[in-house]
Amino acid sequence: MSNMMYRAAVLSTIMEEMERDPNVVVLGEDVVGGMGTEGGPEAIGGIWSTSTGLYDRFGANRVIDTPISESAIVGAAAGLALSGKRPIAELMFADFIGVSLDQIWNQIAKFRYMFGGKTRCPAVIRMAYGAGYNAAAQHSQSVHQILTGMPGLKVVMPTTPADVKGLLRTAIRDDDPVIFLEHKALYATTGEVPDDRDFMIPFGHARLSRAGGDVTIISSGLLLGMCEAVADKLAGEGIGCDVIDLRTTSPLDEETILDSVEVTGRVVVVDEAPPRCGLGADLCALVAEKAFSSLKAPPLQVTPPHTPIPFARELESAYLPSVDKIEAAVRRVLAWR
Amino acid sequence: MQLSREALLAAYRQMKIIREFEERLHVEIQTGEIAGFTHLYCGQEAVAVGVCEHLSPADKIVSTHRGHGHCLAKGCDVNDMMKEIWGSREGLCKGKGGSMHIADVTKGMLGANGIVGAGAPIAVGAALASRVDGPGPDGLRVAIAFSGDGACNQGTTFEAMNLAAVTKAPCIFVFENNHYSEHTGVSYAVGTNQDIASRAEAFGMKAWRADGTDFFAVHTAMREVLDYVRAGNGPAAVEFDTERFFGHFEGDPQRYRGPGELDRIRATRDCLTKFRASVTGAGLLADADLDAVDADVMGAIEGAVAAARAADRPTAEDVLADVYIAY
Repeated sequence: MSNMMYRAAVLSTIMEEMERDPNVVVLGEDVVGGMGTEGGPEAIGGIWSTSTGLYDRFGANRVIDTPISESAIVGAAAGLALSGKRPIAELMFADFIGVSLDQIWNQIAKFRYMFGGKTRCPAVIRMAYGAGYNAAAQHSQSVHQILTGMPGLKVVMPTTPADVKGLLRTAIRDDDPVIFLEHKALYATTGEVPDDRDFMIPFGHARLSRAGGDVTIISSGLLLGMCEAVADKLAGEGIGCDVIDLRTTSPLDEETILDSVEVTGRVVVVDEAPPRCGLGADLCALVAEKAFSSLKAPPLQVTPPHTPIPFARELESAYLPSVDKIEAAVRRVLAWR
Repeated sequence: MQLSREALLAAYRQMKIIREFEERLHVEIQTGEIAGFTHLYCGQEAVAVGVCEHLSPADKIVSTHRGHGHCLAKGCDVNDMMKEIWGSREGLCKGKGGSMHIADVTKGMLGANGIVGAGAPIAVGAALASRVDGPGPDGLRVAIAFSGDGACNQGTTFEAMNLAAVTKAPCIFVFENNHYSEHTGVSYAVGTNQDIASRAEAFGMKAWRADGTDFFAVHTAMREVLDYVRAGNGPAAVEFDTERFFGHFEGDPQRYRGPGELDRIRATRDCLTKFRASVTGAGLLADADLDAVDADVMGAIEGAVAAARAADRPTAEDVLADVYIAY
């Protein structure tokens, strides 16, 4: 095991997979950084430090620094994937999917099915998502609810450095398109990561980060830590929380969720995306449909309000779910009679 | 370079296959037997064939909603395509794609596309894949983006041209100017004085222009373009001036056409008629040679339609075939 940052887990996994498979190609804006400047290639090495050194190691044919052209980035990833390569495209900020959505939604997501199953599209589209940096409405969003609703996309949102490692390797080796969402406020977090260069975590297998048995809390990403804090606090009062880290929103590990809910009968879904037609609503519907007889309280969701993300520190803090808001929701479902 | 007799016959046959494939669909669609939206390529055959006759399966093309001609010219099977358009489970895409989404990656045909302008970035990606693989004995494998005068106005096309230019990707942007983007004329919709090739030049690309109703003009221009791109000079573009003999889609009343316009372009701008006049006039082929091809093609199309009618229909279970995330 090695102790490493979340962002280092991203970079080292890409590095290892590029060493292993000459068909793995990286592309995106500033993935090299400094092209066409006096500072020269690698002057920046990617704004998230998730591609530093790749260009020096693998050269311009496999590490393709692109102009700011998100449609062309994802479209080129599609063309690379249809031509036998395994592209890893970086969109920098998840908010930029809007500019490239046709290529994600109408192209890579549909090729295999629409072309009669004879075509695979092994493209990984990476992007940094989430709030916490006061980056305001167009650089802070959580987009998994939009992408999870699109048939043909696998959607991954790791919480820990170890999960980054295992899930990103699975994504790169997967023959279908994968959206890989990295929470920007987690990049500097650290954790133990297996050194095995074949360490992989299969999609659709959630992680039970706390086991308690009285209430089920489901989340992923930055907010998972808050859920764990609530669980740890309530444990001191003798209340046991199951905290489920989804890892992937599509495919979805329904089994782990339903197994937990059948024991606890009480569910809180904590999500960073807005409340309507999102993960919270989706999972509340899931337990209502498939675990109705186990429920002892209405399932609740804790999400931001249905607004754009505000800028000022006070406003962003008030906008986001918090430990207090999650704890309040958990106590509400526990108190339901 | 003079084409051999065999090459001339092959090119004519391919153009004739596309023509009769489309003319037959135009008739069959009116019976209601074929579902969905269909956009016919009739009139533009010399472009698809004049381009694709130069290519090997390792070269890639990305097509458009008006894609039957490109698919056939790149080697997609006639019967499998007809079955697909008929919606059969035996079709090239098992009845999942239909007219606008035909693909066969084994032939280097990376897909027709229902979204105007979506193809160009995909072609750049295929060209970047070629750059990773490096040149073969006759140079780099190329990727070709077929775009119409409609797609030339999409930002995706601009992004693709710039990305190809800055990465020197072996990508060729083939613009087929048939003078109509859906129901709107180029004189209204295309700035830059309706000169599409000049847009590629603005991105620093070398560009060619040729008469897209003249197979020999297309073929000659493409030989130059391909020599240039295969040698590693980066991307290039070519604009072909061509004609669309039918409407934007089948059922289009075409009220935007001028009086006598369709008769005029059929009489003066038909690439098959022009090919015949050219090769017989030069004594390269006889009318009888071409008539024999015509008869053979009519039989092939008749056979394809019969095969499509007789082919298995998909079932409700097929909806979930080739699904990799199921709920």
